[in-house]
Amino acid sequence: MNDIWAGLEAAFWLIVTLDADLLEITLRSLYVSLTALVIASAIALPFGSWLAIRRFRYRRATIAVLNALMGLPPVVVGLVVFLLLSRSGPFGVLGLLFTPTAMIIAQVIIITPLIASITHQAMRELWAEYHDLLISLNTSNWQRVTTLIVDGRRALLTASLAGFGRAIGEVGAIMIVGGNIEHATRVLTTAIALETGKGDFALALGLGFVLIALALMVNFAIHALSRTEREGRW
Amino acid sequence: MIRLLAVIAFLWASVVQAEPMKMAVTTSFHNSGLSEVLLPAIAAETGIEVQLLVVGTGQALRLGESGDVDAILVHSKAAEEAFVSAGYGTHRREIMYNDFVVVGAEVDVAGIAAATTAADALGKIAASEAAFVSRGDESGTHKKEISLWTGAGLDTESFGDWYKAVGAGMGASLNTASGLDAYILTDRASWLNFGNKGNLTLLFEGDPVLFNQYAFIPVNPERHPHVNNGAAERIETWLAGETARDLIDGYTINGEALFVFNAEPTN
Repeated sequence: MNDIWAGLEAAFWLIVTLDADLLEITLRSLYVSLTALVIASAIALPFGSWLAIRRFRYRRATIAVLNALMGLPPVVVGLVVFLLLSRSGPFGVLGLLFTPTAMIIAQVIIITPLIASITHQAMRELWAEYHDLLISLNTSNWQRVTTLIVDGRRALLTASLAGFGRAIGEVGAIMIVGGNIEHATRVLTTAIALETGKGDFALALGLGFVLIALALMVNFAIHALSRTEREGRW
Repeated sequence: MIRLLAVIAFLWASVVQAEPMKMAVTTSFHNSGLSEVLLPAIAAETGIEVQLLVVGTGQALRLGESGDVDAILVHSKAAEEAFVSAGYGTHRREIMYNDFVVVGAEVDVAGIAAATTAADALGKIAASEAAFVSRGDESGTHKKEISLWTGAGLDTESFGDWYKAVGAGMGASLNTASGLDAYILTDRASWLNFGNKGNLTLLFEGDPVLFNQYAFIPVNPERHPHVNNGAAERIETWLAGETARDLIDGYTINGEALFVFNAEPTN
C-alpha cells in the first residue's frame, strides 16, 4: 500500500514540476499511438464496413480470421516486425529498426484487426436497417460504405478508441522494435518496464498513473470534439 | 513566419550536429547508472549521441551480427571472442571490469557468508537446496553463473524446483529474488542501484573468479557497410582515454567504487 501512495506522490510531482523527460516520453507515446490509430482507422473502418455489406465466397472465413487476429500477441508481432526491419531482414535497407516509425508499424498491425472487427459488428446491425433503402436507391458500393461510416460514426468512434486503448498501453511489441532508447524511442510503457526492472516502483507507478490520465484525457477530448454524448443525441 | 522557419532550421541544425550512434549494452551496465555519467561526457567531447539499446549479452551479440547496431559493449569473453573470430566485429577492446556478488536473505539458510570461494558458496546453496534465482536468459551474467556452477562440479540441468530460471533482466530477476527471499548472483553495480532490496543482503564477494570484464566491439563494416564505424572508433578511443578513466574510476554509489578502468591506452 505504501508503494501505491509513493506512486501517486511521484506522479503528482512529475506533473507539477513538468518534468522535461516525462513531457518528452508522453508526447512520443501520443505521437506513436495516435499516428498508428489514424493509419489503422483509415484501413480498418472502410474494410470493416465493406465486410458488412459485401457477400463473397470466403466472407465467413475472413470474419473468423479477423476476429481471431484481435487477440494477436503483441510480442509475436514485435518479433516479426523486428525480423523484417532488421538490417539482415528483407526491409533492412530502409534502416527503420529502433525508430518511432517501426513502433508505429507494429502498433498498426496490432490494432487494425481489432478496429476492423468491432467496426464490422456495428456495421452489420446498421446495414440490416439500411439495406432496403440503399439497395432501392441503386447506390454503388462506395456510396454504401460512406453512408454507413457517416451514420454509424459513434460506433466507429468506439472501435477507434478501443484501438487507441490497446496501442497506448502496449509494451511487448514496441519494446522489441523500438529498443527503449532514451531520447529516441522511449515511451511511457517502456519507461515503466525499465523503472520496474530497476526496482524503482514509485517512479514506475507514477508513470503508470500519468499513462492512465493520458488515456482518459484522449478519450474525453475525442468525445468532446465529436460531440457524441450531447444532450438529446445519445 | 520567418522567425518560425528560423527556429525550425535551428532545431534541425542542432539535431544534425549530434551524430547518432547505436550501441547495444548489457542491462547490468545500464542499471549501474554509469551510462548516465558517460553519455553526456561523450556527447560533449566527441559530438556523438550514443543511443543505447539495453539488452542481454545474447541479444546484444545478435544485434551486432545482423548489423542493427554500430558497436556493442558486453561482458562475456568467450562469446565475444567467437563473435570477433566469426568476422562480425573488427576487434575486442577491454575497457573496465566490475565484480559479481551473491546476495540472499539475511537469515542465510545455506550459510554462504562463511564460504571461502565462489564454488564453495554455490556448493552450500545446492546442498541445502535453498531457493536460487537464475537469470536464465543467456546473458553475460547468466553465462557467468553457469560457469560458476560448472566450476563447483554441479550441473544446473539436474537441479530441482529450488533452482528457478526466470528468463528476465537483472532488475526483474532481483525483484523475483526479493519476493522469494532467494539467493541470486548479480553484478555489484545493479545490486547497489537496486531499489527493492527487501530482506536481501550481500552475502558473498571477493573471489577473483567473480571479476567481470567489459569489452567494446565495433561491428565489422566489411560485413555491414552501413554501420557508423567512424563513430564507433572515436567512441572506442574515448572510452580508452583519460576522461573515461577518471569518470569510470570515480563513479561511486554510497561511497563504493563500482568499476575499475583497465583499458590499454591508444597508441
